Amino acid sequence: MDYSKKLNSKAAALKPSGIRKFFDISEQMDNVISLGVGEPDFQTPWHIRRAGIESLEGGKTRYTANRGMEPLRKEIVKYMKRRFNLTYDPNEVVVTVGGSEAIDLAVRALVEPGDEVLIPQPSFVCYEPIVTLAGGVPVTIELKSYNNFVLTPEQLESKITSKTKALVLPYPSNPTGGIMLRQDLEKIAPIIKKHDLMVISDEIYAELTFGEDRHVSIAEIPDMWERTVIVSGFSKTYSMTGWRLGYALAPEPIISLMTKIHQFAIMSAPTTSQYAAIDALKNGDNDIKKMRNEYNARRRLVVNGFNEIGLTCFEPLGAFYAFPSIKSTGLTSEEFCEKLLYSKKVAMVPGNAFGDSGEGFVRVSYCYSVEHLKEALRRTAEFVKELKDGE
Amino acid sequence: MNRELLELLEKNARYTTADLATMLGISADEVRAEIAKMQKEGLIRGFKTIIDWERLDSAYVSALIELKITPLPDLGFEDAAKKIMQYDEVESVYLMSGSYDLTVIVKGKTFQEVAMFVGKVLAPMNGVISTSTHFVLRRYKEMDVIMCGEKGDDRGSFWL
Repeated sequence: MDYSKKLNSKAAALKPSGIRKFFDISEQMDNVISLGVGEPDFQTPWHIRRAGIESLEGGKTRYTANRGMEPLRKEIVKYMKRRFNLTYDPNEVVVTVGGSEAIDLAVRALVEPGDEVLIPQPSFVCYEPIVTLAGGVPVTIELKSYNNFVLTPEQLESKITSKTKALVLPYPSNPTGGIMLRQDLEKIAPIIKKHDLMVISDEIYAELTFGEDRHVSIAEIPDMWERTVIVSGFSKTYSMTGWRLGYALAPEPIISLMTKIHQFAIMSAPTTSQYAAIDALKNGDNDIKKMRNEYNARRRLVVNGFNEIGLTCFEPLGAFYAFPSIKSTGLTSEEFCEKLLYSKKVAMVPGNAFGDSGEGFVRVSYCYSVEHLKEALRRTAEFVKELKDGE
Repeated sequence: MNRELLELLEKNARYTTADLATMLGISADEVRAEIAKMQKEGLIRGFKTIIDWERLDSAYVSALIELKITPLPDLGFEDAAKKIMQYDEVESVYLMSGSYDLTVIVKGKTFQEVAMFVGKVLAPMNGVISTSTHFVLRRYKEMDVIMCGEKGDDRGSFWL
């Protein structure tokens, strides 16, 4: 059978993920030290796992309400108020299968065929394909390292057309570790309002910021709440990646439509995970603090390490990534990562996997033990020195 | 008192001064001064290594001993505790709430050696009413460190 005639052409035309090749190479090698993963190394705190187990013991094995259990939505609302000063009603929450589903729902609920969606890059790889599959047109905005990868009002304005429907706002950022402060958000808000754009604010890393101030959501900026869909989840905050649980917050009409799509595609998010999540929100603030402190120590170690090696690195104040520049080596991001993997067995993700504007950088995850990070830094330093000596 | 520094040292006493300085965003001199100060004040009591002796051929036995004691006027259990802690065989001594008074952790090469220490030293001591010895059969976790199973990372090497 000629499947090429049977398969959806839009899906088939999506670019494959840029790291497949590296993944395959590293799978063939022993003793690879990876700095490549985008998930925490901590186990889900035991009391949260316990809550999941107890729900199973108690026979909680059915579907929940489509938009998520009410006690969970209530806890999410309390949590958002407590930690980010955001006001939502439990009816303005939908519980999803990870943050990724929430992004997909938001795009499908907002985007008409031909609508343009602005995507600042380098950023998480799923925004573009999700917009394309929904019939929208992804329009990328190239962020600049000299701005610490902040989205500036000029960059935003320059890409807006009569067809622009929405802006994806991915901060704190995977892969750059960049954040947007309140004053940065205040600068872009008037433009968003003027052009009547919607905002899909991916705040999955909101708890992981390391500057003086906590994360600020764009929904907190005047006039922005009504046009913002916040996407978040439990994966990064509580080390719960495998539980597949996220959520979106938005005005009720948007959440209702997102819930309708969610109902047809998913029914309801995993019940066990929802019970565990209630416990996480009620009793997990201290776990967040502990993990955040640990990430912060590693962050300083990694940023300092790369700067000492000569791969300059602006100070990432969010998420758990550093994004050092490898331009001084004269190699492309992919060449650098491939050579480093072959010669020193250290795995990093080339920056261009997150968009063309990531070229010249590599993404380094610091979700690893200090010993692991130090060994990776040692090998990388050796590699860079050998490159220079070989010139 | 630098709480973050203590938390790092509690996790791993072997972090170098330079690494500690980087991780805390302070200078190496400050790290050295802080540690010296906290040692002097007795906030930091020592640095030790957690060893899984059972992996070595050499015999290793430890036991938890519950002691009931007649408290002395004014001194309470203090006198007994301070005498008991002098012995090299004694790893830890704790004053307890509940049905007995002191927990004493005793280590030795054989069950017999430990039992003899209890029988010859602890039991006859002035004020000791009774002893109850519980041998440790397996250590699963010691000072926050998992002692069983292999270490591993079950994550893939790449994930976006």
